[in-house]
Amino acid sequence: MPEALRQRPRLAFAGLAVLLAVLPFLVGLGLGNAWVRVLDFVLLYMLLAIGLNIVVGYAGLLDLGYIAFYALGAYLYAWLASPHFGLHLPFWVVLPLGAMLAGLFGVLLGAPTLRLRGDYLAIVTLGFGEIIRIFMNNLNAPFNLTNGPQGMNRIDPVSVAGLSLGKPLHVAGLTLPPTTLYYYLFLAFVLLAIFVAMRLQDSRIGRAWAALREDEIAAAAMGIDTRNVKLLAFAMGASFGGLAGGLFAAFQGFISPESFTLWESILVLCMIVLGGMGNIPGVLLGAALLTLIPEALRYLGDLQRATLGHVVVDPSDLRMLLFGVALVMMMLFRPAGLLPSRLRRREFAAQDGVAEQEQASLYDAHA
Amino acid sequence: MDIFAQQLVNGLVLGSIYALVALGYTMVYGILELINFAHGEVTMVGAMVALSVIGLLMGVAPELPGVVVVLAGILVAIPACMALAYTIEKIAYRPLRHAPRLAPLITAIGVSIILQNLAMLIWGRQYVSFPAILPSDKYALLGAQISLLQIVIVVLALLLMAGLWLLVERTRLGRAMRATAQSREVAELMGVNVDRVISATFVLGAAIAAIAGVMVSAYYGLAHYYMGFMLGLKAFSAAVLGGIGNLAGAMLGGLLLGVIEALGAGYIGDLTGGFLGSNYQDVFAFFVLIGVLVLRPSGLLGERVANRA
Repeated sequence: MPEALRQRPRLAFAGLAVLLAVLPFLVGLGLGNAWVRVLDFVLLYMLLAIGLNIVVGYAGLLDLGYIAFYALGAYLYAWLASPHFGLHLPFWVVLPLGAMLAGLFGVLLGAPTLRLRGDYLAIVTLGFGEIIRIFMNNLNAPFNLTNGPQGMNRIDPVSVAGLSLGKPLHVAGLTLPPTTLYYYLFLAFVLLAIFVAMRLQDSRIGRAWAALREDEIAAAAMGIDTRNVKLLAFAMGASFGGLAGGLFAAFQGFISPESFTLWESILVLCMIVLGGMGNIPGVLLGAALLTLIPEALRYLGDLQRATLGHVVVDPSDLRMLLFGVALVMMMLFRPAGLLPSRLRRREFAAQDGVAEQEQASLYDAHA
Repeated sequence: MDIFAQQLVNGLVLGSIYALVALGYTMVYGILELINFAHGEVTMVGAMVALSVIGLLMGVAPELPGVVVVLAGILVAIPACMALAYTIEKIAYRPLRHAPRLAPLITAIGVSIILQNLAMLIWGRQYVSFPAILPSDKYALLGAQISLLQIVIVVLALLLMAGLWLLVERTRLGRAMRATAQSREVAELMGVNVDRVISATFVLGAAIAAIAGVMVSAYYGLAHYYMGFMLGLKAFSAAVLGGIGNLAGAMLGGLLLGVIEALGAGYIGDLTGGFLGSNYQDVFAFFVLIGVLVLRPSGLLGERVANRA
């Protein structure tokens, strides 16, 4: 942020608000409606990343099955608001239920496993993610719960006060397509999530999470109930995932198990690692970058066609490869992320110091 | 009874492959306390390289007997996987040895993604089929059918496990590995070249994984760029089941998991009145994993306490 704006926070804030409000119009006019849709997904992934950040960034618990909670939220929305069971409950009933269901599963999964050390937790959550996906894929028999690999469609769009976001809206000579309407809905949820996450970070619970992340034994000695505090982080993150899942289902109108693979979990994890674990602006940046870059990479195909005459490497094949490279590079060269939180930066610096000290004492022993 | 015996045989064959892959996880974990996420992918590369060599040889010298061709494939796959594992350790894990615990796990996931996608670019998205060049004799055993291939897999796996056990318990390198696992610093002070021991551990695990990769592709008759993921997860579950860091545990865990999976897939339909079918086969490994971690986190044979921060 330039210095001039830093001194006038209100002006900067107003500028940002105006920018966010007109962004879908600018993007829609400049790049076409497809990119407004991309923008919607940026917001959706921001919501997911903020949720996972509570688990991984704040409390330091590695969750590799986060997408399972997203899936639960999405499927619950589809069950309660689609012709599948003939239920059409309004979104303000279904979304909180989805968040609660995901939170409940978070507690059920977390209660037995959270006493294990971190990397075991990672594998158990990964296993849980796969279990949920396999069940979604197969529960179309003997009675049709999830419609199996075909997925569920014709899911109700969100409608606010009789106004369906699934249809274009005509206001004052302007036509707002559904993607733009959902943009505002998602934006509202993201702003709410940012507010909640930031307040959480500075709260008593947030400090307990930080203590837990730094040193579990010391935290327990200070009187923190480590198990409950971990469970709380896990459940909180899970319910953000469930909420995002419900929004996803309503926005797409269609869900299938394919949307909830392990790679989605890893993608969200990449977002917070890349952006800077534990730091909300970093997490938002990570989510935006990792959603936009693959979209931009689509132009690589056109580029190859223009320069080489045909597509040599399918850009969608390159996408995951580049993610893998980025993950490794980030960990090797900038382990705290692009926008690290102040605390974390200090932590990583301190870590080097400790290692050097240990090395030095080893050399002393040699001599 | 016939179904039971048959599933038991299938389970033991599959389990011995799991056990081989699990050895790689457990050795690395024992020394570095790192889940080498990319190990499953190394197994996949082993299968793919071997299949490429087999395809090439069949084109160049079609008169060679099938067994020789497959052996040649294995003999190329082993050094390829060893070199791969050595490189991975050097580039992605070694610089992070003093980093916070999450860092090497995340690079491991990154390496896993890289290998999978490179394999997809090299060998394509399709299933690569294993040519039918091995003898397909079948024998009757206690009401079950067992093929020659299955017998070879089990015997070879047992031989490899015995060899590895001898190496770890009886040789100088093995002693250095055990010392490093107990305490890296003290081992270093005693003159053990810890970096070399760690490299050797990765390379050894990869050599075994290469063989396991060929076995699994021969057994199922196909290979795929994605096959390493599930195989790796199951092998890791097997290692945890037996007690991670413990060689005998990995072997026992692998065999047990194979049997549980085969019997589970065979009987789940009857047990649940047709509610769940054998398409849930992949779920068992995860339930076993979660169950073990909840009930007995140190595994069946492990002494190590899992709850260490």
